[in-house]
Amino acid sequence: MASHVEAKEVEPEAAAPTALRLGAVEQFSRLTGLDTRLLAMLGALVVIWVVLDFLSGGLFLTPRNLFNLAVQGSAVGIMATGMVLVIVARHIDLSVGSVLGFIGMSIAFLQVEVFPLGAAWNWPLTIVAGLALGALVGLWQGAWVAYGGVPAFVVTLGGLLIFRGGAFEITDGRTVAPLDPVYQLLGGGVDGSIGATPSWVLGLIAVAAVVFFSLKARTKRARYGFPIKPLWAEIAMICAWSALIIGFVIVMNAYTKPRSDIPRGIPVPVLILLAVVIVMTFVARFTTFGRYVFAMGGNPEAAALSGINVKRTTIMIFVVMGMLCAVAAVVTTARLNAGTNSMGTLAELNVIAAAVIGGTSLAGGLGTIPGAILGAVIMQSLDNGMVLLGVSSSLRSIVIGLVLICAVWFDVVYNRNRR
Amino acid sequence: MSTPPASAPLVEMRNISKRFGGVHAVDDVSVDLYPGEVVGLLGHNGAGKSTLIKMLAGAYPADSGEIYISGEKVAIETPRDARRYGIETIYQTLALADNLDAPANLFLGRELRTSLGLLDDDAMEHEARAVLHRLNPNFKNIKDPVKNMSGGQRQSVAIARAILFNAKILIMDEPTAALGPQETAMVAELIKQLKKEGIGIFLISHDLHDVFDLSDRVSVMKNGRLVGTRDTSKVTKDEVLGMIILGKLPEEETPEELAELH
Ligand SMILES: Nc1ncnc2c1ncn2[C@@H]1O[C@H](COP(=O)(O)OP(=O)(O)OP(=O)(O)O)[C@@H](O)[C@H]1O
Ligand SMILES: [Mg+2]
Repeated sequence: MASHVEAKEVEPEAAAPTALRLGAVEQFSRLTGLDTRLLAMLGALVVIWVVLDFLSGGLFLTPRNLFNLAVQGSAVGIMATGMVLVIVARHIDLSVGSVLGFIGMSIAFLQVEVFPLGAAWNWPLTIVAGLALGALVGLWQGAWVAYGGVPAFVVTLGGLLIFRGGAFEITDGRTVAPLDPVYQLLGGGVDGSIGATPSWVLGLIAVAAVVFFSLKARTKRARYGFPIKPLWAEIAMICAWSALIIGFVIVMNAYTKPRSDIPRGIPVPVLILLAVVIVMTFVARFTTFGRYVFAMGGNPEAAALSGINVKRTTIMIFVVMGMLCAVAAVVTTARLNAGTNSMGTLAELNVIAAAVIGGTSLAGGLGTIPGAILGAVIMQSLDNGMVLLGVSSSLRSIVIGLVLICAVWFDVVYNRNRR
Repeated sequence: MSTPPASAPLVEMRNISKRFGGVHAVDDVSVDLYPGEVVGLLGHNGAGKSTLIKMLAGAYPADSGEIYISGEKVAIETPRDARRYGIETIYQTLALADNLDAPANLFLGRELRTSLGLLDDDAMEHEARAVLHRLNPNFKNIKDPVKNMSGGQRQSVAIARAILFNAKILIMDEPTAALGPQETAMVAELIKQLKKEGIGIFLISHDLHDVFDLSDRVSVMKNGRLVGTRDTSKVTKDEVLGMIILGKLPEEETPEELAELH
């Protein structure tokens, strides 16, 4: 949305005198439109990567590990985009891990034990059913919050128990496997990537899109006679994004299939994540729904007085969250090639941490979806790196817990300093 | 008694009451407003002025009483209903979403959209610049979140939002509380101009001089009840002060009581 941290404007008339007083980082952030907080997180990510690579003796920053990291993190990333909206609107969703488990089990159960095996429509229909189930779960929780007046914290804490129990009940705890071979591709296994050429084509399309939309927005602003950021800043941003995209394609293509030189290319779950990110960024910035979510988070009373249907918007937020849990459930079950009742356990912590680390303020009203993805990458890097280093799972959860507290503490301090 | 103009009243609020728990915030109050008229609402803190006009703005429903717009009985249950009748409100609290920029706030709840139904931020910014520059030529940081703006700028945003949509009825709850003398004068000019356009204005203010300068009539409230309504030209400031403080009509006030006010 044009009005958030992502899109701060530079007013040329104001920039000249203030530039002298601002620090270098702030000046940079003003000109590029990048939030200082986001820049800090980018810096943190670089430090984490370098340190982990050093400690693991060069194992961390390899195509193989980065590929795996991307695949492992996609489910959390998908849900984190929805968590941004939930938290921006001053709510919370503690149930996403359980909802993932419940919907994943439902999908696996339908696919293997209800619908005829081998039918071409089997797995697509289970996805549709999963999405519908996610919407229903969201409707249920959203209605309790919006119309029941029960705090989201309580509703979704209940949901955490209800849907974890539900995941168990579907098959009495039995694991359901194997799933449809085509469906498995969505999880990014050995064949679950799109290969070198399609990856390049997609990458170049993405670069072209970045250039096109940057320039289009710029000319439109110029046509209105609005202040625009300096050309060099615009070009620098385009170059940064293009480098990121091309670098990503190169790394994904550098990881080959077992016992061959065939590049894997971008894994399907990561493609799904990228599609979700684009759609959700679009929803947050260019739709009235997205604007209302931010308005509600900034001042719920003002939102209501502006004629915004706060209750309906609240329900919509939870419906979107539920459907994103369903997408994450598809990716997770496809990767595991099974439905298990413990899928997604504790995922809510990673998802919330990703959103908060990425700059979503628990006080509401502030947050970006690309930021949450950055947060998800940081969380997944820590987790993945610690596994590489042979850190025990108990110690890993201690670290993740500490990171969560520190991220929120950072949010509190950051907001206090801004006042 | 007051002598309202001859045409049908634009707004008539009849026997309006509102309770908050044990507090009778508004108790059987009737006020009206004619096209091109400014009615000043006066009263101490907690007299019930904001509560009264919030019921006209659709912020919450009245417990009892009736509202007529241009002679027709209407049910105003939500802010959307109020806007549909051409009622625009500048709230005492401003009611701005602090995290959004000025254009987003101006158009909140009725965003301009492109042919695809998406937010047309550029068009909104364009109109926002025009209206804000009219109110405050020094307005520069339009795209900043309003929480980074000065009190005066925030108030300008709230005022701009109310005049942007061709209001027929304007409610201004302490519109100049955060403004400097220059901007206050600008708002006074604005009120006079809107009045000429035939817009009816409820003006709430603690500044008796402002209200006297701008209002055609004053309605005074005390402890949730209406003390009375008078033509501004037919009462003195002291008499109105007596209405506010003593809760008595001018003819009931004794010279001794009035003298004690000073
Ligand atoms: N939402 C609410 N809940 C409970 N009590 C309220 C609420 N709003 C107002 N009141 C009470 O109703 C009474 C009237 O308040 P109101 O805000 O209408 O006064 P006012 O005349 O606008 O005062 P001021 O000049 O300070 O703005 C007060 O006693 C106030 O405490
Ligand atoms: Mg008030």
